[in-house]
Amino acid sequence: MKKVFRVFGLLLSVMTLVGILAGCGSAPKAQLKVYNWGDYIDESVIDEFEKKYNIDVIYDTFATNEEMYVKIKGGGADYDVAFPSDYMIERMIKEGMLEKIDFNNVPNYKYIDERFKNLPYDPNNEYSVPYMWGTVGILYNKKMVDEPVDSWKILWDEKYKKQIFMLDSSRDSIGVALKMLGYSLNTRNMDELEQAKEALIKQKPLVLSYVGDEVKDAMISGQAALAVVWSGDAIYTKRENPDLDYVIPKEGSNMWVDAMVILKGTKNKKAAEQFINFMCEPEIAFRNTDYIGYSTPNTEARKMLDPEILNDRTAYPTDEDLKNCEVFEALSDVIKEYDRVWTEVKAAR
Amino acid sequence: MVGRIGKRIYLYLILLFLYAPIVMLVVYSFNESRSMGRWNGFTLKWYAELFKDTEVLRALYNTLAIAVLSAIIATVIGTAAAIGIHEMKRVKKAIVMNLTYLPVINPDIVTGVSLMLLFVFTKPFTGMGLGFFTMLLAHITFNIPYVILSVMPKLKQLDRHIYEAALDLGATPFYALRKIIIPQIMPGIVTGLLLTFTLSIDDFVISFFTTGSGVSNIAIYVYSMARRGVNPKINALSTIMFLTVLILLLIVNKRMNKDNSRVKESLR
Amino acid sequence: MRRTCYAYPYLVWMAIFIVVPLFLLLFYTFTVTTHEGIRLTLEHIKRIWEPLYLMVLLRSILLALICTVVCLLIGYPVALILSGKEYSQNKVLALLFVIPMWINFLVRTYAWMSLLGRNGLIDMVMEFLHLPSVQLLYTDHAVVLGMVYNFLPFMVLPIYSVLTKMDKSIIEAAQDLGADYITVLKRIIIPLSLPGVISGITMVFMPAVTTFIISRLLGGGQYILIGNLIEQQFIVVGDWHFGSAISFVLTVIILITMGIMRKYDKEYEGGAIW
Repeated sequence: MKKVFRVFGLLLSVMTLVGILAGCGSAPKAQLKVYNWGDYIDESVIDEFEKKYNIDVIYDTFATNEEMYVKIKGGGADYDVAFPSDYMIERMIKEGMLEKIDFNNVPNYKYIDERFKNLPYDPNNEYSVPYMWGTVGILYNKKMVDEPVDSWKILWDEKYKKQIFMLDSSRDSIGVALKMLGYSLNTRNMDELEQAKEALIKQKPLVLSYVGDEVKDAMISGQAALAVVWSGDAIYTKRENPDLDYVIPKEGSNMWVDAMVILKGTKNKKAAEQFINFMCEPEIAFRNTDYIGYSTPNTEARKMLDPEILNDRTAYPTDEDLKNCEVFEALSDVIKEYDRVWTEVKAAR
Repeated sequence: MVGRIGKRIYLYLILLFLYAPIVMLVVYSFNESRSMGRWNGFTLKWYAELFKDTEVLRALYNTLAIAVLSAIIATVIGTAAAIGIHEMKRVKKAIVMNLTYLPVINPDIVTGVSLMLLFVFTKPFTGMGLGFFTMLLAHITFNIPYVILSVMPKLKQLDRHIYEAALDLGATPFYALRKIIIPQIMPGIVTGLLLTFTLSIDDFVISFFTTGSGVSNIAIYVYSMARRGVNPKINALSTIMFLTVLILLLIVNKRMNKDNSRVKESLR
Repeated sequence: MRRTCYAYPYLVWMAIFIVVPLFLLLFYTFTVTTHEGIRLTLEHIKRIWEPLYLMVLLRSILLALICTVVCLLIGYPVALILSGKEYSQNKVLALLFVIPMWINFLVRTYAWMSLLGRNGLIDMVMEFLHLPSVQLLYTDHAVVLGMVYNFLPFMVLPIYSVLTKMDKSIIEAAQDLGADYITVLKRIIIPLSLPGVISGITMVFMPAVTTFIISRLLGGGQYILIGNLIEQQFIVVGDWHFGSAISFVLTVIILITMGIMRKYDKEYEGGAIW
């Protein structure tokens, strides 16, 4: 028994030592606190920014938009820059959680593709600068699906019973059903929502699993024929398993944007703008998109890409592909109904 | 009656069950591919990436520091509490125990958010912003019940007469506690220490909400990667952690065996 | 009874970190925010009794019960063997049952997924042995397996700690009087270890009711569990009132269940030791 205590004691003293060593060094510098998704940046970029502007970056990560929101809203965080997604930006703007960006300090904003400006979540381009973007579509295994895939309806085909992965998220899955039925995925019409619910319940026996990020490993190892995925994951899985292909169904889909915003109450707005501007530098934006594998909205960075990626419609779909796509809206007033529908779908036998 | 071999086979089977996924991730930490879905060939690149990543090393330090500190503090407070609660009258005991169960029953999200609100609310009075210290307090809070639950059964088992005999022979209550009660409930205390360390090292939700900027732990680091897929350098990290613990354990075990045989020799 | 004062530091701790948050929970459970302000209500509590949510609640409790029973059935023999005379010298052995849990939960569960999935290791072994292919992943079996895997140490260790240093003379006396091993086990060892068993059950059952990530990852997320529902309310929907209400009702149900179980504990405590 004493040994256990001795081991603990040893650990404790080693850690104190490491702590003291780690605490040494570096004179006080300006600080910038950045809150991003995990593994969502080429980390050498941060070092470069620190050196160039002599600013100390404190970099933390979160797992979902909602967790980040609760954390900031509850007063549990004092970050300067964050990277939320579209609908969350809309919600944060409405609740007065964001600071307007002075675009005079972000000249590199000119490199952002016009397609990502004036989107409904930030209609006047006052609060956000796009960072990465993508779509939601169907990833399928060409060896297991022999017909052409171009519609969400294939996810309701009895032939693929227990061969389908759906996303385990209320907005995404209800969105798929709504689009399949030809409605907007931002609907506030309860009748349409009800129809989407019926469709999802009908589909339930065909679904092998409602998944999150683990869908990538599962599709790479060939566990199912069809899956609803984000385009960024599709690019990666296609590289790992050439039998896979991705399509944005003709009924349209969700187009998403993750953007950089400055949080209200920042003590260092100037540095925050410098950081955002730095991230839009073509070279830097290129390194990030290259590391992450998601699509960049930066037109200059795109020119540095391997033509093979640039011509891949998974990563950079044509305007025709995006014709029917919509960006999520916040829907704070009806989100309870979406949750109820989703709970009913999940509770159905 | 179960034979010696039967027992051994049973233990091996359970250990196989416990270690199968660990072996799996050790193997996949050498996988060329980012995915656990396919084997693309041997590589050490994830280890190289791991050591380049200062972020993860700092997170590891926080994780271990909080786990060790919270386990020790929770064990001390919890053991004392268990001794006290054990002597309480029925109704009082029931109330305290039921409150003790709350952090165990409540989903992490409820505990995490309510503690965050508590810390944010008390900040103007205590001057304590969210960070390492608040995360430590939160960990101690959800750890204490497990210590009490581990120590309680040993207290129930305790032979009260020995303690009373010691008092009759003139021992002070504290001396009797130290010399009689503590040694007898030691297995429960060690259990509490191990379980709380285990809980603390792997907690995500509560840590996420009670920490502040610049202080992360491994769990937060790993979960926040989930959208992009957990980077295999985490497999590499897990492998190193696991092997370190295993080697430490073997050394301790060897020394203990040596001690044992020395004792036996001296008896001879 | 002066020894109760040892609990005082904890009581202070509890008042700050458990009781204050509890009031917060109660506040959200019994209030609603309207345009006129905040008023008391029972509507959130009533809402839980809709069949939809009741099903979710029952299923979560059932799953936790299954997990607890399986943990007990597997874990008790482990604790018994570890505390037996063959292994009692080797204190490090018990540690082996906790160490896997020091690896991140998500990483471990992903490893299980790649073991259990189609074309996974278990599947390949079956194929190699010319046995029929099994799809374990995304079944209820996989969920129980994953839960047992994660909670087993919390059952084994408290029982083990009670079984070590158990008064061996009682057992020897029984054997001298002609009792066979089964009788000794049934009449002496199990009753004496009951407090440990109850602690183990508590530490497995209570958290098991609200876990849901295992079910989502290994079970294919085919149904919602109570922990998931509560998290949705807090995180996605932002309805903290309903989330708190579910948590409150859940707590009451579990405490009543545990209260009933502790009555058994009392009976044995009185009869067996003193």
